[in-house]
Amino acid sequence: MKITINGNSQLIQANNLEDLLLELKYQGKLATALNENFIPLNERKKTTLKDGDRVEIVAPMEGG
Amino acid sequence: MVMFYGTELESRLMLGTSQYPSPAILEHAFKASNASVATVSLRREGREGAGQPFWDIIQQLGVKVLPNTAGCHSVKEAVTTAHMAREVFDTPWIKLEVIGNTDTLQPDIFGLVEASRLLTDEGFNVFPYCTEDLVAADKLLGAGCEVLMPWGAPIGSGMGLNNEYGLRALRSRFPDVPMVIDAGIGLPSHASRAMELGFDAVLLNTAVAKAGDPVKMANAMSQAVTAGLLSSQAEPIEPRDMATPSTPVIGQAFLS
Repeated sequence: MKITINGNSQLIQANNLEDLLLELKYQGKLATALNENFIPLNERKKTTLKDGDRVEIVAPMEGG
Repeated sequence: MVMFYGTELESRLMLGTSQYPSPAILEHAFKASNASVATVSLRREGREGAGQPFWDIIQQLGVKVLPNTAGCHSVKEAVTTAHMAREVFDTPWIKLEVIGNTDTLQPDIFGLVEASRLLTDEGFNVFPYCTEDLVAADKLLGAGCEVLMPWGAPIGSGMGLNNEYGLRALRSRFPDVPMVIDAGIGLPSHASRAMELGFDAVLLNTAVAKAGDPVKMANAMSQAVTAGLLSSQAEPIEPRDMATPSTPVIGQAFLS
C-alpha cells in the first residue's frame, strides 16, 4: 500500500505501525503519530495501516 | 527554596541545545554553564537515525530534560507533541509553546491556556511560554500551571527585557509562583537583570549557541545568573536622585 511517512509518499508492505518501523529499520527513541493522532508505543502493533494514511515518526532533537 | 514542580534546581540557568557549531561545543558549553536543565525538541526522524546520537549526548550531560512544543501553532499540535515528548523523554515536564504570530513568535495566549488545561488534567507539569500579561498569567495558573515562563523579548532577538515594568508587575502580582524568564536574552547583563527583578531562573539558547565563543559565553551567563540571584537575595539599596557620601564626613581634616 502507499502511505505518507514524514511527508514523503512511500510503498510499504507492513500492515501495522510496529511492523512499519521494523520494515523501515527504525530504532531507538521514537514516537509515532497516525493521521495527526499520537499512537503510544504499546498501541503500535494493533494500529493497522491503510492506503493513504499519514505517519509521523519523530525522535529527540535540538531545542530551545 | 524555589521548587519547580517539586524539583529543586542547583543552578538557576536553563540552557537550550540548538544551533551550536558542533556537538562537542554544545557539551563544553553545557559544562561551562553549569545549567541544571536542557531544553530539547522532537523532529522527524530519518532512517539514518540522527536523533539517537543527539540523545546520547544529552544523557551524558546529566541534567534534567525539558522537552518543548516549539513550532506548534494550534492546541492539537501542541498537545499531540506533548504526548509524544512524554513517551520519548519519559518526563511529565513540558515547555508548552503555542505560537500565535510567525514574525514575533509571540505565544497565542488563548490556545496556551486551553492546551495547559488539557495537559495538566492529564498529569503534565506544564511550563507555559507566555507573555508578561497579568490576566493571562492568572488564567494559566487557573488552568493548573504551577510555573510560568514569561518572555523577556521575542525568541532569538537578544533584546533583553523588553517590558521591565510589565515583568516587575507580574513578579509582584504572583510572588510565590516560580517564574522563569524565557527568550530574548542576549547578554549576561540581561540574565542578571532578570534575576535581580526576582525571577527564579533564566532560560536561554541563542545568546550562547550563536556567540563567537559559546563556551565563554556560557560561563558568563552562569556567573551572571548567580550574581543576579545573590543580588536579589541581598536586598539591594534603592536608587536615589541626590548623592550621599559613603566616606564619613565627621572627622574630615579642615584643609581649605
